Amino acid sequence: MDTFRSLIIILMSSVLVNNYVLSRFLGICPFLGVSKKLNQATGMGISVIFVMVMATAVTWPLQHFVLDKFGLGYMQTIVFILVIAVLVQFIEMALKKFIPSLHKSLGVYLPLITTNCAVLGVTIENVSEMNYNFVESIVNSLGCGLGFLLAMVLFSGVRSKIEESEIPESFRGLPATLIAASFVSLAFFGFAGIVDNLFA
Amino acid sequence: MNKNSNMSIFLKGLLLENPVFVLILGTCPTLATSTTVIGALGMGLAATAVLICSNAVISLLRKVIPDSVRIPCYIVIIAGFVTIVQMIIHAYLPELYDLLGVYLALITVNCIILGRAEMFAGKNSVGKSALDGAGMGLGFTLALLCMATVREVLGAGSFAGIEIPFLSRFKIEYLTKAPGGFMVYGILIAVVYKLTHGKAPKKKEFSCAGCPSAGFCNAACENTPVKEEN
Repeated sequence: MDTFRSLIIILMSSVLVNNYVLSRFLGICPFLGVSKKLNQATGMGISVIFVMVMATAVTWPLQHFVLDKFGLGYMQTIVFILVIAVLVQFIEMALKKFIPSLHKSLGVYLPLITTNCAVLGVTIENVSEMNYNFVESIVNSLGCGLGFLLAMVLFSGVRSKIEESEIPESFRGLPATLIAASFVSLAFFGFAGIVDNLFA
Repeated sequence: MNKNSNMSIFLKGLLLENPVFVLILGTCPTLATSTTVIGALGMGLAATAVLICSNAVISLLRKVIPDSVRIPCYIVIIAGFVTIVQMIIHAYLPELYDLLGVYLALITVNCIILGRAEMFAGKNSVGKSALDGAGMGLGFTLALLCMATVREVLGAGSFAGIEIPFLSRFKIEYLTKAPGGFMVYGILIAVVYKLTHGKAPKKKEFSCAGCPSAGFCNAACENTPVKEEN
């Protein structure tokens, strides 16, 4: 029961409190670039969840059973980024071959994810800073992915409003988008105390 | 001024093609490490070091690397230099290492570095590429410092950890938190747009032009025009 509770806490805190986009600033590029339309935002979000969980499932054992065992901890960055790049390629090929309909909707987003700092960030944090075990790592990745999806979907709604409003010339485009992101982030700030209090 | 003179290659990174405020690259580390001046300076210089080295090496290897696998090759070269910088900082500046945390490793996926490799170093000679790396890196550092100065002075009432007597009583703590980062960044982009009006490449929409995966990105956001790099 205690394990279950701690898993829920990890999930909740990575979705709401430590939201990767809005409070950790990871994965800002796709957040600003692909959040214009709701369906694109959803597609990107789901792809990120998928890749994050898969990448963690591969990199966690790699770190603990290969890198740590042979004292190669310093190779972490190089190994992880290569593994993620290869994994994304494989996932794309596998989807294309076996589930063409899913490939059609997620395919375009997959190559973008290779250089997404959120994916590399979550895999590194799972094994170093947080030092989670395997199940916790998977749950944490799932939570981060869900948080990313949530932020993307919410923000695509906010953005459609910005398009219609009158904005001073220098602020048009990205500056206005960033200021809107600031307010969405402020809203998420309100979740800060929720996890400790909810399960105290 | 001659467009290709060495001086202009170096200088364009500082303002007219500032990677952060004009090209809108490397947003993640910009927002995340600009809460303190020290962190911003450390991040900026670490990224500059990686940028100069990776640009030089990629430029040297540009005729050896096959076109179809160039992105993975670039990433491996960049990750190698990031690891070296990480080890140096860990050994000599452990406090900075703790401050930057995971963002230090994430220099690998900083789009400024991959973007410059793709846009500049893959096509130009070694000297020019290193110079471009230095200019872009310093532009990145400068932009980070601007943001960090605003955020630390107004948000925490201090500069590089030294308390400012009057301001520390009227801190706007909002600025040091995540929402403040977005806000300051947005305002600074607008200011730079105003200052360089007519000179800097117009950047009304966040497009994927600077991103190394511009081709895919364009497919993903059909309405975003991708500007050709001249």
